[in-house]
Amino acid sequence: MAALLRVDCVSKSFGGVAANVDVSFEVAAGEILGLIGPNGAGKTSLFNAIAGEVTPDRGEIRLVGERISGLGPVTCAERGIGRTFQVVRSFDSMTVLENVMVGAYARHRRTAPAMKAAMETLDFCGLASRADRPAYNLSPPEKRRLEVARALATKPRLLLLDEMLTGLTPTEAQSGVQLIRDVQAQGVTIIMVEHVMEIVLPLVSRAVVLNLGRVLTIGSPEEIVRNPDVIRAYLGDRYAAA
Amino acid sequence: MDNRITRRRRRELVVGAVLLVALILLPLPIGDVYTRNLIIISILFAGLAQAWNILGGYCGQISLGHSLYFGIGGYVSTLLFVQAGVPPLIGMFAGGLVGGLVALLVGWPCFRLSGHYYAIATVVVAEIGYLLFLNWDFVGGAMGVYIPFKGDSWLALQFRTQKLPYHYVVLAFAAATWLAAWCIEGSRWGFSWRAVKDDVVAARSLGVRVFPSKMAAAAISGFFTGMGGAIYAQYVGYIDPDSTMSGQLAILIALPAVLGGVGTLWGPFLGAAVLTPLSELSRSYLGGSGRGVDLMIYGLVIVVVALARPAGLLSLFGLRRRAKGAPDGSPA
Ligand SMILES: Nc1ncnc2c1ncn2[C@@H]1O[C@H](COP(=O)(O)OP(=O)(O)OP(=O)(O)O)[C@@H](O)[C@H]1O
Ligand SMILES: [Mg+2]
Repeated sequence: MAALLRVDCVSKSFGGVAANVDVSFEVAAGEILGLIGPNGAGKTSLFNAIAGEVTPDRGEIRLVGERISGLGPVTCAERGIGRTFQVVRSFDSMTVLENVMVGAYARHRRTAPAMKAAMETLDFCGLASRADRPAYNLSPPEKRRLEVARALATKPRLLLLDEMLTGLTPTEAQSGVQLIRDVQAQGVTIIMVEHVMEIVLPLVSRAVVLNLGRVLTIGSPEEIVRNPDVIRAYLGDRYAAA
Repeated sequence: MDNRITRRRRRELVVGAVLLVALILLPLPIGDVYTRNLIIISILFAGLAQAWNILGGYCGQISLGHSLYFGIGGYVSTLLFVQAGVPPLIGMFAGGLVGGLVALLVGWPCFRLSGHYYAIATVVVAEIGYLLFLNWDFVGGAMGVYIPFKGDSWLALQFRTQKLPYHYVVLAFAAATWLAAWCIEGSRWGFSWRAVKDDVVAARSLGVRVFPSKMAAAAISGFFTGMGGAIYAQYVGYIDPDSTMSGQLAILIALPAVLGGVGTLWGPFLGAAVLTPLSELSRSYLGGSGRGVDLMIYGLVIVVVALARPAGLLSLFGLRRRAKGAPDGSPA
């Protein structure tokens, strides 16, 4: 399988906190990769590195063989990386359609085609009926969808989903899962961060487990659930939290 | 394509055209010079507030130093006229260009600061500019420059007794700022700027170039502000640092937009329509010597509106569908 993304020995510290330590893995074109791990494991930090929002202290990240680490978020977006945020970041002075148009302008200079593309993306994400609503007016699951739509409007090759399904009811999560499958069917490669194993594992072909900033293991869903280290990291985390 | 955005924009153009016609006719039945002057100043400030809105409203970069661009624009056109004989009708474009250029020079370091620090930096830079001009003999220092009268002329924007020509000059200026804002609202730039205002991190992740966006907004905003300064200098016939570069003026430029509704097409005009006459009237009725009383009334109105209508006066009319600052909190 051809690697779309290669993360190679990426490390990043914030002050004394090592958010990522020697993280390496590959993502194949077309797959859905899970990125899991307890709170503070470094999942969002890794997304920030891949999306160009932060520059790794060491290591490098390559998209289709070209180095993207250190090039900044704008270049990463242009090269085809789209992302959503764990804490929703909608443009609250804009309508839903206008939010998505900001993404669409990444591929269209002019307004009419950008609007058309944004409308199609909204339709694809099941938000067409909300197009003219102010973004702040959406329900939480709709806001998550808006983040996906906005990122999709930039026509990404790789989409980073940070806890897109967290905090949703089972029905909402199920329709979110369907959206993710639809996105994959469009040929977009996906890395998704999610806490709820029951949701992630059926969806992904492989998962990377992070713990304390390091890769604990990489494997198929079956391998992950049987791995004693993973069980310990999760149970340990739960006991510590209690 | 026919949807709500395109329909809204078409409607705004129609309303704008109707308003323009009304304002063309407005001074005709008014003979009294005082009222005509009041209307001219109000329209000028409407244009200035719209110019400020382009950077402060759409792009969210709150500048409290626009007096710098205003003053410099005025000085450029005045000096070009007095020293080199360049007619102000052309000079005001030169003033605008220099105003835009200075806005870029200020933006270059200051846009690296975020939020309140940017606003503070603009205050400081404008104050430095004010002090420089106050002590610069070539531009007349504190005395300023008187513009010699050379006969009624559109090219020189000089009219001994008539007010009407100035009315149409400031109206054309304000209409140009409005049209610029209208075009920006419907363009890629406008979307980028608003994205920068709402959430920088999200904007970047969608490929929006944050720094160039701010610079472009600053250049356009500075251009129109400088042009307004040039028109003002020609209107009053002289220029000095106190009347065109003071910190008080910087606030008078920003407040109508803030009061009327930032980042909206009509907010700055509405704010200027309410505030400028209020300030002029209070200045003349409460005594011209008592500088500051007008600002106190200003302040009072702002506080009342801020408490009752945080989204600006425009929200009174229900025109403002996309109010900023939703109750569920907006990103920093
Ligand atoms: N910008 C930052 N500045 C300082 N520390 C940071 C920053 N970003 C992340 N960290 C730290 O890095 C560590 C990893 O954080 P990260 O957000 O990546 O974890 P996570 O796996 O996404 O956790 P969660 O499941 O809670 O979202 C944490 O200790 C966090 O405090
Ligand atoms: Mg996280």
